[in-house]
Amino acid sequence: MQSESVGDGRKRIAEPVLRPAVPAAAPGFFTLFRTELTLAVRRRSDIVNPLLFFVTVLALMPIGIGPEPEMLSRMAAGLIWVMALLSTLLSQESLFRSDYEDGSLEQLALQSQPLYFPVLAKVLVHWLVTGVPLAVLSPLLGMMLNLGQAGYWPLLLSLVLGTASLSLIGAVGAALTVALRRPGLLLALIIMPLYVPVLIFGTGTVQAALDGYGYGPQLAILGAILAAAAALAPLAAAGAIRISLEN
Amino acid sequence: MEKWANMKLSWQWFHRLGSPRWFYQKTSAWLPWLGAAALLLLAVGCTWGLGFAPQDAKQGNSYRIIYIHVPAAFLALAGYYIMAICGAIGLIWKMKLSFVVMRAAAPIGAVLTFVALLTGAVWGKPTWGTYWVWDARITSMLILLFLYLGVMALSGAFSRELSGDKASALLALVGTVNIPIIYKSVDWWFTLHQPATLKLTQASTIDPSMFYPLITMIAGFYLFYAWVLILHTRGLILQREWRTQWVRELLGQSAPAAKA
Repeated sequence: MQSESVGDGRKRIAEPVLRPAVPAAAPGFFTLFRTELTLAVRRRSDIVNPLLFFVTVLALMPIGIGPEPEMLSRMAAGLIWVMALLSTLLSQESLFRSDYEDGSLEQLALQSQPLYFPVLAKVLVHWLVTGVPLAVLSPLLGMMLNLGQAGYWPLLLSLVLGTASLSLIGAVGAALTVALRRPGLLLALIIMPLYVPVLIFGTGTVQAALDGYGYGPQLAILGAILAAAAALAPLAAAGAIRISLEN
Repeated sequence: MEKWANMKLSWQWFHRLGSPRWFYQKTSAWLPWLGAAALLLLAVGCTWGLGFAPQDAKQGNSYRIIYIHVPAAFLALAGYYIMAICGAIGLIWKMKLSFVVMRAAAPIGAVLTFVALLTGAVWGKPTWGTYWVWDARITSMLILLFLYLGVMALSGAFSRELSGDKASALLALVGTVNIPIIYKSVDWWFTLHQPATLKLTQASTIDPSMFYPLITMIAGFYLFYAWVLILHTRGLILQREWRTQWVRELLGQSAPAAKA
C-alpha cells in the first residue's frame, strides 16, 4: 500500500503539465508536501523515536546532576533546549536518505523546477512531525524539571519557532552527507556550530520570561532567524543535493 | 573585436591561475623571498615586543602574549574567509586549484584558532585567575574552531575527491553567512550572563611603543600564513597530480612507461 501511494505521488509531480508561469512551483510543492506527510504519518517510529529520545535523556538529567529543585529549575530551559536540538538533529539524518537510495531524489533534481520547493516541503513535514510535537511536550517536561510556570508559554513558543530553524539548517547538513554511508556523527559535527544562535535566543526567551521581563524581542529575533533560514537554507540544501548526486 | 580580445587577455592570468602546474612553478620563485620576509618580520616583532616594548601598568609582563595572541586571532578569522572565498571560486569557476587552496587553508586556520585559544588561556591565568572563562570572544573562537573542524571532517569523508571539495566549499560558505550571526548572538548571550566581578580590559587606546611591534607581528603573521598556505598547497598539488608527467619529471622519476 505504502509504495503504491509513493509511486502515485511522484508520478503526479513528474507529469509535464503546461501551466501559467507564476504558480508553477506551487502544485508540485503541495503534492510533495501531502505525500511526505502521508509517509511520515505511516512510518510512526519516525515521529515517536525523537520524542522518546527527548523524554528519556531529559529523565536521565536529574539522575546525573541530582534532584535538587533549585538547581533543576535553573538548568531546565537550557537542558530542554539542548535536548530538542539533539533530537531534531538525530532525526534529520534520514531526511533525504530513502529518497536518495530509491532514486527519487535524482528525479526531483532532474525536474525543470528549482529544488527549493521540494526541499522546503520535506523540511516543513520534518518540522511538523518532530519539532511541533517536541514543543507541545516541552511544558510537561518543564514541569518535571521544576521550570517556573512563567516559562511554559515562552518555552513552547520559542521551541515552535526555533525547531523550524533547526530543521532548515539541519537540512543543509543532511543534504551534504546523504551520499555518505554513515553520516550520523559527521552530520552532528558540521551542523552543531551553526545551531548556536538559535540555542542562545531560544533559552534567552525562557530566561527573560523567568526573570520577569517581556520575551517579545527574543521571539522576534527567533522569527527573524527563521525567516532568513527559510529563504537561504533550502537554496544551500538544494546545492548540496546536487553535489551529493554527483558523487 | 579588439576590445573583446583585450578582455580575453586580461582574464588570462585568472585562467592560468587555475592550473596547478602553473601555480607550482610560479611559486617556486616566490617561496624563498616570502619565507625570508615572514621570518624576518616575526623575529623583529618578537624581539621588539617581548624584549623592548614597555611593561603594561596593570598587567605587567603578562600582556606581552598579545604579540602572539592578537595576530593569531586575526588570521584565524581571516583564514576562514580565505578558505570560504577559495571554495566559492572553485564552485563558481570550477577551478581545481582553488579547491586545493581551500583544503590547505582549513588545517592552518584550525591551528591558528587553537593557538589563539591557547594563548588566551595562558594569558587568562595571571589576569583573570583562571584558564577558561566563557567570555564572548573566547566562546566565539571555540565555535570557529568547531566550524573549521567540521569543514575538515567533511572534506575527508568523501571517497571521490571532487565531491569532498564541493561539499566542504558549500559548508564553508554556509559557515561564512553564519559567522556574523554567531558572533552577534554570542555577544548578546555574554552581556546577559556576564558576572559582575569579571572586568574585561578594553584595549581601546594603545601606546605607539606597544602598537608598532604589534603591527610588525601582524604583518609577519600574514606573510607567514601566506608562506605556509603556499607550501601546504604545493604539497597537496603534488599529492593530487602525482600521476602526471610534470610531477614525475619534477620528482626525478622517469616518465611513466606504461600509462596504467
